[in-house]
Amino acid sequence: MNAPDTHMIGAAIKRKEDYRFLTGNGQYTDDVLLPQQTYGVFLRSPYAHATIRHIDVSAAKAAPGVVAVFTGSDMAAENIGGLPCGWLIHSLDGTPMNEPPHPVIAHEKVRHVGDQVALVVAESVKEAKDAVELIEVEYDVLPAVVDTATAADTGQALVHDGAPNNTSFTWGHGDKAATDAGFAKAAHVTTLDIVNQRLIPNAIEPRAVNASYSKSDDSYTVYVANQNPHVERLLMAAFVLSLSESKLRIIAPDVGGGFGSKIYLYAEDVALTWASKKVRRPIKWTCERSEAFLSDAHGRDHVTKAELAMDSEGKFLAMRVHTTANVGAYLSTFASCVPTLLAGQYATPAIYAEVKAVFTNTVPVDAYRGAGRPEATYVVERLVETAAREMNLDPAEIRRRNFIRSWPYTTPVGLTYDSGNYAALLERAMKLADVEGLAARKEASRQKGKLRGLGYSCYIEACGLAPSNVAGALGARAGLFEAGEIRVHPTGSVTVFTGSHSHGQGHETTFAQVVADRLGISMDNIEIVHGDTGRIPFGMGTYGSRSIAVGGSAIMKALDKIEDKAKKIAAHLLEASAEDIEFKDGIFRVAGTDRTKAFAEVSLAAYVPHNFPLDKLEPGLNENAFYDPSNFTYPSGAYLCEVEVDPDTGETRIEKFTAVDDFGNIINPMIVEGQVHGGLGQGIGQAMLERAVYDNESGQLLTGSFMDYAMPHASDLPNFTVDSSQGTPCVHNPLGVKGCGEAGAIGSPPAVINAIIDALAPLGVKDLQMPATPHRVWAAMHAATSTQG
Amino acid sequence: MYSFDYQRPDQADAAVAFLHANEDAKYLAGGQSLLPTMRLRLAQPSALVDVTRIGSMKEIVVTGDKVTIGGSASHAQVAANADLRRAIAGLADLAGKIGDRQVRERGTIGGSLANDDPAACYPSAVLGLNATIVTDRRRIAADDFFLGMYETALEADELIMSVEFPLVERAGYEKFRNPASHFALVGVFVAKHAGGVRVAVTGAAACVFRCTELEDALSKDFSVAAARGVTVTAGTLNDDMHASAAYRAHLIPILAGRAVERANAF
Repeated sequence: MNAPDTHMIGAAIKRKEDYRFLTGNGQYTDDVLLPQQTYGVFLRSPYAHATIRHIDVSAAKAAPGVVAVFTGSDMAAENIGGLPCGWLIHSLDGTPMNEPPHPVIAHEKVRHVGDQVALVVAESVKEAKDAVELIEVEYDVLPAVVDTATAADTGQALVHDGAPNNTSFTWGHGDKAATDAGFAKAAHVTTLDIVNQRLIPNAIEPRAVNASYSKSDDSYTVYVANQNPHVERLLMAAFVLSLSESKLRIIAPDVGGGFGSKIYLYAEDVALTWASKKVRRPIKWTCERSEAFLSDAHGRDHVTKAELAMDSEGKFLAMRVHTTANVGAYLSTFASCVPTLLAGQYATPAIYAEVKAVFTNTVPVDAYRGAGRPEATYVVERLVETAAREMNLDPAEIRRRNFIRSWPYTTPVGLTYDSGNYAALLERAMKLADVEGLAARKEASRQKGKLRGLGYSCYIEACGLAPSNVAGALGARAGLFEAGEIRVHPTGSVTVFTGSHSHGQGHETTFAQVVADRLGISMDNIEIVHGDTGRIPFGMGTYGSRSIAVGGSAIMKALDKIEDKAKKIAAHLLEASAEDIEFKDGIFRVAGTDRTKAFAEVSLAAYVPHNFPLDKLEPGLNENAFYDPSNFTYPSGAYLCEVEVDPDTGETRIEKFTAVDDFGNIINPMIVEGQVHGGLGQGIGQAMLERAVYDNESGQLLTGSFMDYAMPHASDLPNFTVDSSQGTPCVHNPLGVKGCGEAGAIGSPPAVINAIIDALAPLGVKDLQMPATPHRVWAAMHAATSTQG
Repeated sequence: MYSFDYQRPDQADAAVAFLHANEDAKYLAGGQSLLPTMRLRLAQPSALVDVTRIGSMKEIVVTGDKVTIGGSASHAQVAANADLRRAIAGLADLAGKIGDRQVRERGTIGGSLANDDPAACYPSAVLGLNATIVTDRRRIAADDFFLGMYETALEADELIMSVEFPLVERAGYEKFRNPASHFALVGVFVAKHAGGVRVAVTGAAACVFRCTELEDALSKDFSVAAARGVTVTAGTLNDDMHASAAYRAHLIPILAGRAVERANAF
């Protein structure tokens, strides 16, 4: 037996799961092959907006290998409901959001290119595809609405007849009067028009479903590439198919990335599950990349007007933000929850935000890595840096003058930051980024004919979603706790069942470290089980950087119960009182004596209770716990980006990127660093490369493949300097952790854009929209120099 | 992908005869454009005639006055050929920067030229170096070969056997990559021939073209400054979501200057 691993928290352990991934032994949904397997392929709408006059599936049904063909009217005939939205927002006037039906297969009307029109089930993918081409659909093409800013204008076509002005809701938050008063007494107001462009997530594993129905017990088993199997089960069983949850088992096996796009209950998941009972055979669908572009929930797509009021010293007085958010053709699962964390790291006394959510004939938009915090951080950090430039203040100095300096701190938008030290993060980042040497580096670039700039971003985000009472007050239609179960086996090995789901985050390692550290046993004797509603007690899944903060805390609570129970067993074995038993490094000891029992002896006794006092002590060592956080966690950081721009072409290289983060306590620094790298890659991708473009007239997605949608390559990214040494532990969860999964994507875009604007400022450039492609950078320089000239 | 028949002859005349007899058949070289198109069901050839096993078509021969590259020589082969690197370094350099490593192992010069993607690299070298395309039935001058977007002088069953490049004094290529596809947003090939400079531009228009303003300026003075002194009009250049015509026009002389710098450095 291996030596017990103690003090595992904080150790950079290599990931347990990587061996199977790197050797091709991962088991993804597409790897699951069931007896009698059939394959599903969807016919998708070629039009952005059209009435379906007639569908003729007779030729498809007669085609070789075809098992069945289903359309929207087949589902409507059985009263299969639409897909639900998991978050209810109320408008300023108190009315609930407009929530039009979201049919599983389009019925009577298609509302975006890629909308499902029919499902063909066949013996092979090829036969299903051949049959899809035989389906004849007559469409009456309608005008398409695409543009976010103008979607609510009068005269626009209506995406849903029941949603006037294409508006779902107009939500307001904060003290409007106090904010207006702040602006009234301002010495200076900075105003920005910001586009947070639409992004397409593109996890490396496309979505996939393999659904089967068993007549023997009238139940369904669905393998699906998903981030939260219990949520998928709840939504599909209770809200769409009217099944008892016990009749629906959702298994999310190895999942290759999600970034939010695999949180949701998708139409394909429901259609296959429903159809599997019809055909009495398992049906598998694996999304193809070009299909993913047209059917995975997209991200961001906000158009914002933001204003910041300051006194003459650059102290912030108030901030006002008006955003129009494009939710696409239907409300996706959490589309309406566009949280805003607008206070940033600053003690701004008054904030008012208004968000109008509009429908368009585009793919539904939902949460994508960061989910609201990248949007809010981009607004705040672009405003702050622009304000500094306008007021001739150093960008670090304006931040220092406004930093929150004592905690807990309650923001004007109702959140209470529990801990942090923003000024220390900034100082550390400035030191690592060698801000002192910037002037010399700028001059060296100038000598080469290049322009160099430095940009700051001091982000804060809310993770650890979420206190259920707060989430409920904000409109969540679910609780946001997490569940964990610890099963100690007779020989002392442990299986941990967690409601968190790992799709790249390394939970099998991090969570095992937590348990090994606590129980003083080897990591090799700990197995982490996730992603199966048939095995896990319950779970709310993984998103919003919540796994260690909420899922890890549930595991800690279950470990508390294990320790209590084990102490009672040890006390019985050692003939002592449970109060006198100490537990440390895997050993139970009667305090102050050399009388001990090892963890494995206690666990064996738990299952061999030959002389247990059964009236006082139950056999077994198996505990579960639910943890509902009392607050969000608030990771924060200071990111500095240094760029060099080639004025000939607008080409921009990131020369240095420094990320100093406060994630609280850290379980595995190597995994945390990897998470930050990935987040930075995505954030820099948004800042410099990625953009979904629709044709305004036809509603066709013009960036429908990697030929036109620019994903970041490794060669687009610099070496990162990542530092987490300034962490302040979270004060309200047992591990003191805050979460690190999204920070990189949240903090980096404004740092990059601020840096490019700093580089171009000598030419008179004041603003730049994302993505800062060479063409855009050149155009900004060109426009500035021609106006000046 | 639809089903198709597959042939792999080892003689060119067998390949040509098959295509001649089967109207919907297509030659398959590296397949780097054709196969993805077929996978998306956007092309449905009845048969593919793989020409990569025709021995003579893989050879690269360098003589005193020209370089002859077989039609199915891969980009990687061209990039790594030591004789070719000595003879026309700018051509080997271009081949070594096409696509990525996997594309360069599979993609071929004949396939690239027959496909004539408006953003492909090779057409600019062929036009700039004034190469001759040798087919199974004739010799076609570069100036007569590229007719438009994906359109060449080739007949439907005509097979590119080789491409002959005359040796020149200096040659260099510079491309500005499309951030998404990494194809040339604009690519400029400059070649200093004994009788003057030829400049061919790819990626910027519907088809590769010669830029006479740059040719005139560089023929007088083969220098970076001379290239940068030229103004190219946006006119009919591509204008799309990746770059405006004005931006492409702006990039052409700058990239020409960099290509001159590169040519002079070999």
